[in-house]
Amino acid sequence: MKAAVKTRKKNRNNAAYLFVLPFIIVFLIFSVYPVVRTLYLSFTTYKGYGTPTFNGIANYTRVLKDKFFWRSLYNTVKMWSLNIVLQLGLAFLLTIVFSDIKYKLRGLGIFRAVYYLPNLIAATSVAFLFKTLLDWKYGSFNQLLLMTHLVDQQINWMGQRSTAWAVIGVIQAWMWFGNSFIILMAGVQGIPSDYFEAAAIDGAGRWKVFGSITLPLLRPILLYVAVTSLIGGLQLFDLPFLMTGPSTAGEPGGTLQTTVMYLYKFGFETHQVGFAAAIAYTLFFIILFVSIMEFKFIGGKED
Amino acid sequence: MATKIKRCILYILLIALGVTCFLPFWLMMVNATRSGVEITHSFSFLPGHSLHDNWVVLFDYVNLFLGFFNSLKVAVPATLLTAYFSAITAFGMAMYEWKGNNLLFKIIVVFMMIPGQLSLIGFYNLCQKLHLIDSYIPLIIPAIASPGIVFFLRQYVKATLSKSLMEAARIDGASEIHIFHRIVLPIMAPGIATMSIGTFIGNWNSYLVPLILLNTPKKMTLPVMISTLNAATDLQKNQGAIYLGVAISVVPIMIVFAFCSKYIISSISAGSVKE
Repeated sequence: MKAAVKTRKKNRNNAAYLFVLPFIIVFLIFSVYPVVRTLYLSFTTYKGYGTPTFNGIANYTRVLKDKFFWRSLYNTVKMWSLNIVLQLGLAFLLTIVFSDIKYKLRGLGIFRAVYYLPNLIAATSVAFLFKTLLDWKYGSFNQLLLMTHLVDQQINWMGQRSTAWAVIGVIQAWMWFGNSFIILMAGVQGIPSDYFEAAAIDGAGRWKVFGSITLPLLRPILLYVAVTSLIGGLQLFDLPFLMTGPSTAGEPGGTLQTTVMYLYKFGFETHQVGFAAAIAYTLFFIILFVSIMEFKFIGGKED
Repeated sequence: MATKIKRCILYILLIALGVTCFLPFWLMMVNATRSGVEITHSFSFLPGHSLHDNWVVLFDYVNLFLGFFNSLKVAVPATLLTAYFSAITAFGMAMYEWKGNNLLFKIIVVFMMIPGQLSLIGFYNLCQKLHLIDSYIPLIIPAIASPGIVFFLRQYVKATLSKSLMEAARIDGASEIHIFHRIVLPIMAPGIATMSIGTFIGNWNSYLVPLILLNTPKKMTLPVMISTLNAATDLQKNQGAIYLGVAISVVPIMIVFAFCSKYIISSISAGSVKE
């Protein structure tokens, strides 16, 4: 009897293999294989057709010595840093304001939705919209500035080194702060309200509450935001690629060329696929390293 | 009293921030109805009368509705595949004991952290070998394996489905797959729906992968088609037409959002909640 129950249970659990099989097959083909294949190609010379020829770590030494690779990484990090500071700063301020028990602000649902709106739109559309709005001579943004006498001459936002990178950083922050705000707010709402009430009874001020209750309890969520934003941010491609035009990608002065744009150039334009693969893996290890650092610094002991 | 004034100031600031989020889209819609000359010579918050002219100029150059349908052809099946197969995989992982279950879970978590560009070169190479360049298949089929969605639904099914419910169905003689379709799927529906909106928008907005895979202009999805406007010099002279093109790509998503913002926002919050 006992044995019969056991075999029935075993048969039942065998059904699970059937349930997960389609996932595993597709996962192996379209997720695992490409990752492994990229690794293999990074050790070869490959033009995109014919057979790849093994050349050891030549691609990697080339990447590490390539000053344009490092420049692209520097550009990416620069744009990402401005973005993350603005994005998290704004998201934190909003979280503090909306979770304040003294002000009891209403309309969270509507504000949240409006703040999230920019994140919903395809980056291609956002890029075009801002490219046109920020046009040097005829863009609406410069016209608005002229009309309100904030400037007396049009600013060439995307055409000069000093502003172009900042424009990308600000647009990115504009696209993502709502997302971070929603996540942080969800985290705050998960904190039992008696913590805040107890703090209020003890007479703790707003910043004290934030520093001693909200921030420590939000740490895992902050870590999540920091890691996902880093993984996404260091892969920046659409915005700078599309806002600088097809023949002038990365201009002005190469300050907008990101690492993935650099990878795209070699992988799909000049057909040095092996080199592009090595760029991909080098970037991956850099992302991995910084993620681990983030875990160490933000994650603290719990993780 | 001081609190009241402060609260007022806060509301004004919050609304100003909201305006910053919406203003570019408003200018987009306004400028889509103004002529190129009007846009380049003056600034306005109010619509003009050139919508029809812009429309003609734009569609003379590119048929955006084709891109629209192409995007639907990719995003709808991809979303359905993600929804169904993520649900059944999550169910198989959460409710049964089998060898390799834990290993699969660990691999899924690792792949959630791997940046997409890492596999880009290998993915393209694979599609070349399988003769799938310029085909929708590599944009749709990989949707079957979405580690992030499986991860979320696995937690979801663990939290919502009781084993006793399944036992009861088994006593009634239902097969395992039958239990999934008749009992589990309806229970998981809210979680699947929440995830699906995000999946759909992600597919709809996807740019880099369709850009490298699709060559034939007629097959291009909406974001890729929009990006070709970049190269159209005769169109650059008429900003109104460009604004209209962007507006056509943006407005459908805004309409969806107007109806589903609650679900979209709960899906973002859900993604971050730890086990």
